Amino acid sequence: MSIRFCGLELAHPIINGSGTFDAIAAFRVFGEGLRGAFPFAAYVSKTITLEPRAGNPPPRLWEAPAGLINSIGLPNKGLGDYLLEDLPLLADMSTDPSGAGDSQAVPLITNVMGSNAEEISRLLEACDERPEISAIELNVSCPNVHTGLDIGADPRQLEQVVRAVRGRTGKPLIVKLTPNTADVALCARAAQEGGADAVSLINTLRAMALAPNPLSRPPRPWLGGVTGGLSGPAVRAVALAQVAAVAARVAIPVIGMGGVQSAAHARELIDVGATLVAVGTASFLDPAAGARIAAALHAGTAP
Amino acid sequence: MSQAPFGRRLLRVTSTDELGAYRVLRVADPHGPKPRAGQFAMLAAAEHWGGGREQRPYLPRAFSIARHSGGEAHFLLEDVGPGTKRLCELEAGDRLWALGPLGRGFTAPPEDLRAILVGGGVGIAPLAILQDAIAAPVTVLLGFRDRAHAQGATLLDSARVATDDGSVGHRGLVTELLASEIERDPCAVVYACGPAGMLEGVRALCARTGTPAQLALEAGMACGFGACFGCAVPRRGGGYLRVCLDGPVFDAGELERIDEHAGLSEVGQPV
Repeated sequence: MSIRFCGLELAHPIINGSGTFDAIAAFRVFGEGLRGAFPFAAYVSKTITLEPRAGNPPPRLWEAPAGLINSIGLPNKGLGDYLLEDLPLLADMSTDPSGAGDSQAVPLITNVMGSNAEEISRLLEACDERPEISAIELNVSCPNVHTGLDIGADPRQLEQVVRAVRGRTGKPLIVKLTPNTADVALCARAAQEGGADAVSLINTLRAMALAPNPLSRPPRPWLGGVTGGLSGPAVRAVALAQVAAVAARVAIPVIGMGGVQSAAHARELIDVGATLVAVGTASFLDPAAGARIAAALHAGTAP
Repeated sequence: MSQAPFGRRLLRVTSTDELGAYRVLRVADPHGPKPRAGQFAMLAAAEHWGGGREQRPYLPRAFSIARHSGGEAHFLLEDVGPGTKRLCELEAGDRLWALGPLGRGFTAPPEDLRAILVGGGVGIAPLAILQDAIAAPVTVLLGFRDRAHAQGATLLDSARVATDDGSVGHRGLVTELLASEIERDPCAVVYACGPAGMLEGVRALCARTGTPAQLALEAGMACGFGACFGCAVPRRGGGYLRVCLDGPVFDAGELERIDEHAGLSEVGQPV
């Protein structure tokens, strides 16, 4: 059941959502148990920025009804150290989709975010030079410093930015759309017109939680970052609608994600037009969730 | 450090016992690796996890491994929210999902230093397995809210107890007992686990007296294996540490002031 995606050959259609699986940390924790049983057909890095980021002050999590609000703040070591330290480690990962010992390298997709076309260009150029990177995913859920609007929320701005940076890499360019916009299909069209090779969605839905009384009087936001992003089963129906709307409007491949817990959920996203499906929050409950879903999808069974 | 098998595994509850305000949950884990004192596991009931009030719990919850013997892992539970409530309902024969052992455990004391174990509330759990692991006699100081909670002290041997209400042992804070112990004999290394306020008291006292200390922290976490970055605590000198991956046991010197959010086991406030 290998899948062609933007010129890449993937063992199966299940990958991870950016920022939901730290493969380097997972190898520290699970060691050889993870090697050869890597759960994803391609590995998407967490978001990399030009400069290092510490992330948001805690608290960073809130358990919502059937889901999770996170306000992590994209902590990462910055482009330079990512390329120097992390990429060689990640390039060493392999997976064994058949279980017969014929392991193959896991293609790496590096997710990057910049606050304008110039920053994004520098990120893409640096990634373009590295043969370990198979594709680049562009996180456009970054506020424009002048308008305060997320770059990816405004179709015109999104198309301009993608067009401006497109030529900086010959690698496949995936635009990770934001769901926090009036018309996600219009944004997907804009990304395609700007030259994107694929789109991925949904990112988390903007969400907030208040610190409960009597801990806080007057009520104040619980999360250190004030607002966060909602994920998990709570968002799956929204994801299905948005993936269906996007897939109907673009000719480029779609990576669908949002609340997928089982092969049946993955199958639904594929049925409405997704080529690949990303597993995110479900990996928090079980790091092997991606492998379980891929195997069940392959076998055509429900879980 | 014991490495966890990749993926959560379905285990069976062998017994549950009331221990004052707590429950001791014993789980058969014959094939799991032997944990190091201070390591933890992520637990979720196999049935009826979710669908409670507010459709919670959803995420697994992190628990120190309180003891490990005869292929059984022991956990100390206190019902403080939807996740712990559901786990407290489990009975012998019920099944639960477990991922672990996870995290960085305690480091054994140098031979010339006396180990002082300082615990507060449900945070006494990792000190029990630590006491099992240290061959030499240790000093055990435990703090609780009241008499019902103080019954937890029987999890360890020869504990001296402090209670907030004075119903058992010293009336006041366990850190007061620690201060007099360090004053009496400063050649000591401190191992502590408990609520944020107690840990901050231990950290500040040990910094002042130059006493080496290892602190086991708790934090609301979604995954337990470094994926979610949710359990961040401030690192001394800037930035953050992940409790699940860099801890849960830290040298006190690695940490900034321990703030009120450390110590929340229910991923946000209990409902």
